[in-house]
Amino acid sequence: MSWPNRFQHLVETSKDPRIQAFYQQGVVDPYQQLSQCEFVALDFETTGLDPNTDDIVSVGVVPFDLRRIRLAQAKHWLVKPTSPLAEESVVLHRITHSQVESAPDLQDILEEVFASLHGKVIVVHYQFVEKSFFNSALKARLGEGIEFPVIDTMEIEKSAINNARSWLDKLKRKPIPSVRLADCRKRYGLPYYQPHHALSDALATAELFQAQAQYCLDPSDMVKRWWS
Amino acid sequence: MEVEHQEIANFLVAYPPFSDLPQEALHKLASQVEVGYYRAGSGILEYGEQITYLYVIRSGAVELYRRSGELYNRISTGGIFGQRGLLMNRKVRFGAQSLEDTLVYCIPVGIFDEYCDVYEAFADYFEADDNARLKITVSEQADSNDLTTAKVRKLLLRDVVYVERNATVQQAAKVMAKEHVSSLLIYDPEKPVVEDPDEDDGQVVGLISDRDLRTKVVAEGLDYQTPVSEIMSTDLIIVDSNAYVFEAMMLMLRDNVHHLPVVHKRKPIGVVALSDILRYESQSSLLFVRGLMDQQSVEDLSSYAKQLPAIFTRMVNEDANSHMIGSAMSIIGKTFKHKLLELAEAKLGPPPIPYCFIALGSMARDEQLIVTDQDNALILDDSYQPAEHGAYFEKLAKFVCDGLANCGYKYCDGGIMASNPAWRLTYSQWLAQFEDWIENPSPEALLNSSIFFDLEGVWGETKWAEKLTAFISKKAKNTPKFLAAMAHNALRRTPPLGFFNGFVLEQDGEHRRSMNIKRRGTAPLSDLVRVHALGVGSKKQNSFERLEDIDEANILPKGKVLDLQAALEYIAIMRIRHQAWQIEQGEKPDNSLPPETLSDFEQRNLKEAFGVLDKAQSFLKFRYQNKSMMK
Repeated sequence: MSWPNRFQHLVETSKDPRIQAFYQQGVVDPYQQLSQCEFVALDFETTGLDPNTDDIVSVGVVPFDLRRIRLAQAKHWLVKPTSPLAEESVVLHRITHSQVESAPDLQDILEEVFASLHGKVIVVHYQFVEKSFFNSALKARLGEGIEFPVIDTMEIEKSAINNARSWLDKLKRKPIPSVRLADCRKRYGLPYYQPHHALSDALATAELFQAQAQYCLDPSDMVKRWWS
Repeated sequence: MEVEHQEIANFLVAYPPFSDLPQEALHKLASQVEVGYYRAGSGILEYGEQITYLYVIRSGAVELYRRSGELYNRISTGGIFGQRGLLMNRKVRFGAQSLEDTLVYCIPVGIFDEYCDVYEAFADYFEADDNARLKITVSEQADSNDLTTAKVRKLLLRDVVYVERNATVQQAAKVMAKEHVSSLLIYDPEKPVVEDPDEDDGQVVGLISDRDLRTKVVAEGLDYQTPVSEIMSTDLIIVDSNAYVFEAMMLMLRDNVHHLPVVHKRKPIGVVALSDILRYESQSSLLFVRGLMDQQSVEDLSSYAKQLPAIFTRMVNEDANSHMIGSAMSIIGKTFKHKLLELAEAKLGPPPIPYCFIALGSMARDEQLIVTDQDNALILDDSYQPAEHGAYFEKLAKFVCDGLANCGYKYCDGGIMASNPAWRLTYSQWLAQFEDWIENPSPEALLNSSIFFDLEGVWGETKWAEKLTAFISKKAKNTPKFLAAMAHNALRRTPPLGFFNGFVLEQDGEHRRSMNIKRRGTAPLSDLVRVHALGVGSKKQNSFERLEDIDEANILPKGKVLDLQAALEYIAIMRIRHQAWQIEQGEKPDNSLPPETLSDFEQRNLKEAFGVLDKAQSFLKFRYQNKSMMK
């Protein structure tokens, strides 16, 4: 799929002005080399695992390039989910009911979030969460969803593992190692970070991508090879 | 709004100098950090390039290189680099390369500068960097050696001497002459004794001094039967026993008095004279030595020796450096030998033939401390006839060695003592022995004899010891395989640093979880210095003096001698302080230092000092062993 063409199409079909503006900004040039790109790691914490019933409670973005992650420009928002906070999820991401009570709705911070993504290649770990939840959350609020390209560190890891697996491993059906964020990081000597905080998870994802860039990617690769 | 970067703040707070920052400063710092990932083996900084960040290793390991390409340091999680460059023209001073996959937190120079301005501890941490930091620590200690740290009660060597107010000036003069004092306190037996011990002034009403006798009695032709109360000074200026020596000195200078009663609560416990203060600073251990020479028997000596720990801790508390303390303790040790030999000769009669009593090891090096073995030997005149003279020297040696043991100098475990017939040799035999050690070296044979290469004559024909030293220095220098064997032994004991600069602790025995700072620190350092000293033909025995000769010979890379001096001083003074602390706690002093008793600052300096030793050992190996065939 050509993302520039897709965005072109979406500009024409979208109705909400904010979403339209998002598409209007266009996507990063798919032929740009990774080493030249500006990235932004994006992470959501959610009330549960089902995008149809659960909602976003926090958003973290961390901008970076292949050399440096710039925390001074990182951002983090708490948002009030439409679905109630389950006890289990409170335990997980430690965001409390009273905190979300006073938090804004996703709609109210949407433009800020879009601004922080502008001109950057979005990097996530396990794109299903960010893509589906963002889409559903906007659909519920604005009546239309959203699409965007991402580089998924989990996909990079899977392909790296697959390349490294010998035919014998495959023949013996040796189990594929875990591609959870923390486990991926361990393979690159990255430290353990407490998971389930949108900002630290975004930072963790950015660091993982930097490490993958040095081990599994060619910095001169074009963006289009890795995003989806 | 600054976003909370809990992961980063939580990490930084565990490491100095970030641990000293206030909470909000730490969070602000965490929010400004940039993060970089370096795969193992990639370059992070190159010498001379512009530097705009301070680097903190979050995970992994980094090696720092000098411009020459020589490895300078290896640091891991929590380690900081780039500070030298930031402080010096913003150009990288040490190239950096990742040894493992490494994640670094980079602190922008703007906030680094800001924090150096605002937070003193933060600035101190960086401004005194690395070996420079070690040197600053050492010289700060040397500079603070003054009267400001010692308490006046330490000047009191004897009990206070009194006469009552009705005594005549002649009686008073007799007491002063008998007690060897230049002043007396005068008390009034009629004066009521107060109930409250805090108010008890011991019924003291005045003081007379030598000067009062001179100016008020003799010069005025006063009757010797005049009561002292007529000439005594009554407006007594007194000083509390807790006052500092310098305060007492200021009082005396201010009020032009030469004697100051020292009171505890209000009761006089002694009198200090100005001369005591003037003598005090440099000569406290000399006074001890002088007193030592007055002792008349082994029993007297051994009871006098009980003061030794106090002399030692006093020097430490006055911040004397390790060289001063080592020299003082060695002089004292030699004086004990001296005195014991006098007593032995008095008992056994004059020696039938000339001899020389020699000190070996730390005493010969002027590096003796409080926990020490006696290592000594005898050089006998070549006219020695075992049948005729053997019994005399056996008795003499036994007398001295037993005497030393009575005074707290333990017998040598290895039997290197004059009381062992193996170490009572004639001059020619010693010469042959040294020749054999040097010409037919094997590390095993030299293992227990390296101590003989620190040698000093203490009594008798001391010139023989000098001649042996001259022989050794000439011969050793030209015998590479001997130097190689000595180097081999000098490398047996390594500093207690593990991979990535953690302390390696003793895992068994009495001193678990501690490090033996002598075995792993001062001893390998003095071994190493000895090899270089022999290599350059130095005749010096003291490690610091040997280092001066080594420096002059220019055999070590530039700056190394300074590093070694600083490292030796630091490790030695840590050992000394540890022992002084144990003595003050009523413990038996030892060499086992538990690292958890050290501050972060001390740990870091100690690690650096051990790092200097580690590098110097590598160089020693390279210099003396590569060229020689060691089997």
